[in-house]
Amino acid sequence: MFVRIATSAALAVAMSTTAVARDYVSIAGSSTVLPFATIVAERLGRNYNQKTPVVESGGSSVGKKGVCDGIGTEFIDIGNASSRMKTKELDYCEKNGVKLTEIKVGYDGIVVANSKSGEQLKISLLNLGKALTAEVAIDGKMVANPYKKWSDIDSSLPDTEIRVYGPPTTSGTRASYAEIVNEKAYCKKDSDAKAALKAAGKKAKACRAMRTDGAYVEAGEQDNLIVQKLQEDTKAYGIFGFSYLDQNSDTLQGAELSGVVPTFDAIGDGSYKASRALYFYVKHQHLGVVPGVEEYMAEWVKHWGDDGILADAGMIPLGGEEAAAMKARMTDLPVLVASDLK
Amino acid sequence: MSDQVSLGLSPERAAERVAESISFRKRRENRFLFLGKSAVAVALGFLVLLFAGILSKGIPGLFQHYVTLDVQLDAERLDPSGQGTLESLADGDFDGVVRDALYEALGGPTGRKAKRQARKLISSGSGQRLMHHVLDNPDQMRSKVALQFAVDDDVDTFLRGLISRDTPEADRRVSDQMISYIDLLQAKGRISYEISDYLFFGSASRDAEMAGIRGALVGSILTLLVCIVIAFPLGVATAVYLEEMAPKNRFTEIIEININNLAAVPSVVFGIMGLAVFIVIFGMPRSIPLVGGIVLALMTLPTIIISSRASIRAVPPSIRDAALGVGASKMQTITHHVLPLAMPGMLTGTIIGMAQALGETAPLLMIGMVAFIVDVPSGVTEPGTVLPVQIFMWADFAERMFIQKTSAAIIVLLAFLISMNAAAIFLRKKLERRW
Repeated sequence: MFVRIATSAALAVAMSTTAVARDYVSIAGSSTVLPFATIVAERLGRNYNQKTPVVESGGSSVGKKGVCDGIGTEFIDIGNASSRMKTKELDYCEKNGVKLTEIKVGYDGIVVANSKSGEQLKISLLNLGKALTAEVAIDGKMVANPYKKWSDIDSSLPDTEIRVYGPPTTSGTRASYAEIVNEKAYCKKDSDAKAALKAAGKKAKACRAMRTDGAYVEAGEQDNLIVQKLQEDTKAYGIFGFSYLDQNSDTLQGAELSGVVPTFDAIGDGSYKASRALYFYVKHQHLGVVPGVEEYMAEWVKHWGDDGILADAGMIPLGGEEAAAMKARMTDLPVLVASDLK
Repeated sequence: MSDQVSLGLSPERAAERVAESISFRKRRENRFLFLGKSAVAVALGFLVLLFAGILSKGIPGLFQHYVTLDVQLDAERLDPSGQGTLESLADGDFDGVVRDALYEALGGPTGRKAKRQARKLISSGSGQRLMHHVLDNPDQMRSKVALQFAVDDDVDTFLRGLISRDTPEADRRVSDQMISYIDLLQAKGRISYEISDYLFFGSASRDAEMAGIRGALVGSILTLLVCIVIAFPLGVATAVYLEEMAPKNRFTEIIEININNLAAVPSVVFGIMGLAVFIVIFGMPRSIPLVGGIVLALMTLPTIIISSRASIRAVPPSIRDAALGVGASKMQTITHHVLPLAMPGMLTGTIIGMAQALGETAPLLMIGMVAFIVDVPSGVTEPGTVLPVQIFMWADFAERMFIQKTSAAIIVLLAFLISMNAAAIFLRKKLERRW
């Protein structure tokens, strides 16, 4: 074993002395942003004099942490995230001397969908929270979720068993869903829940836990798996990103949440509540060092419009004013500071 | 120690008992046989199911739909400065030329909306395809040639019959107008279903119709090359030392135990080590086959060492004794006699180790090779990805045509694996000697 480590270490030292500066953009982060970032990267690479950026997956936390890890070409240039940077994460950046600019590129809707041959769900966000939160308020106490059928929550809902396929805890989609539906729409809105939480001495954050009694089925990180499951199991529902509903619009239907059906327009103008913004974070110190970072940013602007290829792939475009503000940021490059994140 | 059977049975009685138990033992034997056979049947059943599933989905993935267009290669539009180089062609309006050919084939759609619908029929990479054609065939400039262009992935899915015409227009990604265009092109015999050239010669792409495995295949080969160059000599040298030269003491015993333990370490751990050592400490770039190969080499080393040691041990001691007896040195005995005889076994072990490395994604995740990489790597220090990673990424893309592409890529990976294993079997049969 010693021989092996010594030899490989010697080899690595030999190689590292000849390591050359990176001449392509390195990007990592959210798997929700990945499909869109890869489209932009590929378009950029079609220019004959431009290397195609390398886009890694890994999740929003990998994107935000990775970009802050340090300065130098062994670190990534841009981090993708489907949730905004938190002050704690920014502290880590500042500790490493990394300066960032935040660019919002668009929105992604989270849909609850089922097969077209099943019954379309028309449910309020509050009731949806009741259906899938691990603990609900009954008689002033937080108890394990007792609802077996949708109709147990409200008689107007379908008389079928609650069975929802969704992403596991590692997923950003799951985190956003739990925050928007379980926490904000149910535990912070419903007066019974508020009272019961207070009595139990718990915070609304505790509501982010999903049911584990079989009503919520973790179906893996791959949204395509959930889509395939729904096509077979017409009584079940699934939680995934809007782009998957968009691609399968002939077989799947999105649930109407608090009276709003998930469409491009409804997610774009904010009337469909279950949505989140998509970001990327650019490292200032790599601008002008790694060739192509500026061009990569500019390439986003070419495609993020209402009839651009990103919208075609299922990303919800920014509004006109917001897009203009983000475009300006790409040249002004304001440094992200903690007060921006409040 | 009693040396007599003390059951107090007469020989007759004992024979009777044996006769009685024969049918019982026979039945037990039959049950055991049945269990064994059914285990094999179940295993075979799964294998058949797996292959049937992959082949039935993957074979359509090897094909895709193309539309034939008569393209006027107008030199002024395609190569304004007339040099015929990549730089001068970059200014040419290839997309426009393909578009005009498409409008012509459709009988000249009028109006922005109709033209927009028409443009959606063909792949967004058509202009690039034309550019490469012109670059390869400069003599065809200024003539009219019939060329094949891939149809858009939604149109391909429709042509496969996976999108029904009966679904309301708002719910499908192919509009009524597009369907009427497709019918028109089909009636003119311009749409063909052929083996996908993009799959084998294209690289990673987010346009499903243009996505191919070339980049990943080259990346896999480069990574495996690095892996074998490092792992094979190291593994064989370690095995020879431990088996032939090392003194049998506490220290070598600990090394032996640790090698066996290393064989059981989850592969992702090697990835974390690769990240910490090669990328963070030595500052090597992420996503390159060199780092991937080193990490996979560390992972396959225990397999190679263990199988090499077993094959060295299988060389009869008489051969060593004979060599030493006629005056060969220890070194000569090993290089002239032991190693050649042990080589088939070592090679088999190495190839199996490599096959295992070929299918790995977990350790590569940590060092950035699980990534979307379009450019085909031209060396071990350029970013690259590998086949299983490509499959993993395609499986998660929303566009439906990727389902077929994924299965097609799985077929290629399996073919690669089967040929590696076949090589291992061939080498063993060809070179193996028995005593």
